[in-house]
Amino acid sequence: MEILWFCIVAFMLAMYVVLDGFDLGVGIIHRIIGRTESERSILIKAIGPVWDGNEVWLLAAGGTLYFAFPKLYASSFSGFYLPLIIVLWLLMMRGIGIEFRHLIHNPMWKSFWDTVFSFASILLSIFLGAALGNVIRGVPLNQDGYFFEPLWTTFTVVPESGILDWFTVIIGLVTFSTLTSHGANYIAMKTDGDLQKRARNVAQISWWAVLLLSVGSIMATTTIHTDIWRNYADYPWGNIFPIAGFVSLAGMFFYSKSGRDARAFIS
Amino acid sequence: MDALFIDRLQFAFTISFHYLFPQLTMGLALLIVILKYLAIKKKSEHYNNAARFWAKIFGINFAVGVVTGIPMEFQFGTNWAQFSTFAGGVIGQTLAMEGMFAFFLESSFLGLFLYGEKKLGQTGHFITAILVFLGSWLSGYFIVATNAWMQHPVGYALSPDGSVHLTSFWALLLNPWALSQYAHNMIGAVVTGAFVMISIGAYYLLAKREIEYGKTFVRIGTIVGLIASLLVAFPTGDWESKNVAYNQGEKFAAMEGLFETKQGAELVLIGQPDMEKLRLDNPLHVPKLLSFLTYNRWNAEIKGLDAYPKDHWPDNIPLLYYGYHIMVGLGTIFIAAMLLSAFLLWKKKLFESRWALWILLLSFPFPYIANTAGWMTAEVGRQPWLVYGLMQTADGISPTVSAGNGLFTLLGFIGMYFVLGVLFLFLVVRTINHGPSLTTESH
Repeated sequence: MEILWFCIVAFMLAMYVVLDGFDLGVGIIHRIIGRTESERSILIKAIGPVWDGNEVWLLAAGGTLYFAFPKLYASSFSGFYLPLIIVLWLLMMRGIGIEFRHLIHNPMWKSFWDTVFSFASILLSIFLGAALGNVIRGVPLNQDGYFFEPLWTTFTVVPESGILDWFTVIIGLVTFSTLTSHGANYIAMKTDGDLQKRARNVAQISWWAVLLLSVGSIMATTTIHTDIWRNYADYPWGNIFPIAGFVSLAGMFFYSKSGRDARAFIS
Repeated sequence: MDALFIDRLQFAFTISFHYLFPQLTMGLALLIVILKYLAIKKKSEHYNNAARFWAKIFGINFAVGVVTGIPMEFQFGTNWAQFSTFAGGVIGQTLAMEGMFAFFLESSFLGLFLYGEKKLGQTGHFITAILVFLGSWLSGYFIVATNAWMQHPVGYALSPDGSVHLTSFWALLLNPWALSQYAHNMIGAVVTGAFVMISIGAYYLLAKREIEYGKTFVRIGTIVGLIASLLVAFPTGDWESKNVAYNQGEKFAAMEGLFETKQGAELVLIGQPDMEKLRLDNPLHVPKLLSFLTYNRWNAEIKGLDAYPKDHWPDNIPLLYYGYHIMVGLGTIFIAAMLLSAFLLWKKKLFESRWALWILLLSFPFPYIANTAGWMTAEVGRQPWLVYGLMQTADGISPTVSAGNGLFTLLGFIGMYFVLGVLFLFLVVRTINHGPSLTTESH
């Protein structure tokens, strides 16, 4: 029963990362590739109908986690207190940015919400990545199963870790660049002309960043978890995930070069 | 300031601010269905425009309601970790259902309602209005059922690790406490919606613009407002307070300001609780009425606070007492205001009576105050319990979150909500100034 719930929550989180990932990515590149107000309106319209549906996956995952694993929910939410509340504020700013932007047709009003939307998307992608980094690195539980992580300590992994250290920041940047290329591919697929050209450029540049940072992060992971290779040797099917990761990275590169944006997006 | 106080203050602040928005959402959802129904029945573009105008305000209000709602679910984990560990297996069910089912229904159909009128046609558009209404009222039910379980736990069993798990999902959903609380709460939301509609209508009439819309808003608002302000007192308010009297005696005694057990207890109208001398200062009361209202007998005995151990008393009795009396007092004034408005409407004098329109214009904040005061009564009165009889509030907080970290986020919420509130008012005032006659279908 618990394994079933675990799979459900993992599935919902994966859906969230994939679906909300591209609209976060669109937010990251929003101000870079959308040069004029009308171009930015096109970008917002590209995610307008789907972004809140995508975010329901996060709510659903949170809700399911809450009643299936209350102890885990309680311990992790209180332990990651500050970053979670900051993520919450960023989610709120992002939602308000999208919802309020179109209410008044005034260039200053729109420009302001564009900046809020972009700023919140950039920080969110890094924070979500850093959160993943924390899970990989692990946290020190006390005897009651609770913990508390400050935002940062000395940016080293030991002795007292914080939410942000060199390792989690690397994972944050991996996520940031991955979502950037994910979002850029989506926009390349949904638009044409100048916007599409710029989106493809961003997709290609961020692709190199993803590659470099992924390799860097794998090396970093092996230095803090020296037994990780043994894990993969013990559970050979686990190798599917990193291999799939690199195959789809290669796919993204290939399709993006040859202009097949929809396939690059799916990869 | 210790962590417990900060956690409570943050939850109280964020939930009170949040609930300013859903109460209007739920009230307006019903009123929009009525406007849309009239538009179709009378084949009238006037009512259609009116519905579109209110849908705009609804949309802004809904967006703020959603973004201020997400912090509530978060805080169960961030600030109330021990409570979540203890009760997550039960209340997680209703909260997850609210998040997934009702919220999804509501937000997807709201998009259709706001932007799909041309494509859907009039009947389709009317149906989406009904679905938005159902979605928001269903959302409300799951939240009230969650709170009702904390007020009156049912359908659960204790697990070996000390937490609770659900034994009957239907008992949780059909908790008798939830039914009375829901009825009372939803009618309260309709009062807010009706008063806001009347108030904006009165503004248009007084400002001598959008006069036909002003008349429609005042007329429909008065009819719905009169029915709702009567229903909120009787039978729903009566049902709710009897539930409290029969199940949470100490809360009831504190609410009513009854310090000593009495046969033929009086109903206190005004007075100030003196917690040193344990009595009510400057009381103004109606003899024996409380006994009659509670047990239908003039001389029935009602237990005062002296009948309960002091450590089970609600920990802020004056606040509880005032919250309850403000709610009941305002509720009585609402009935009077609506009777007056309905009488003048019937005599066809309302639209010319500027003094009455001024009263209606200025009335809109008060249902918000009454709804907030009502919830404060429910929640302050539940103390010292977090889950009545099962877990005390002090045992529910997150053990590792310090007061300093809590204050940081509380101040952040205050700042953020201040900006949100200003933005909301700015956008709504702008929509009102724009006026319904210019409100064409948005695309």
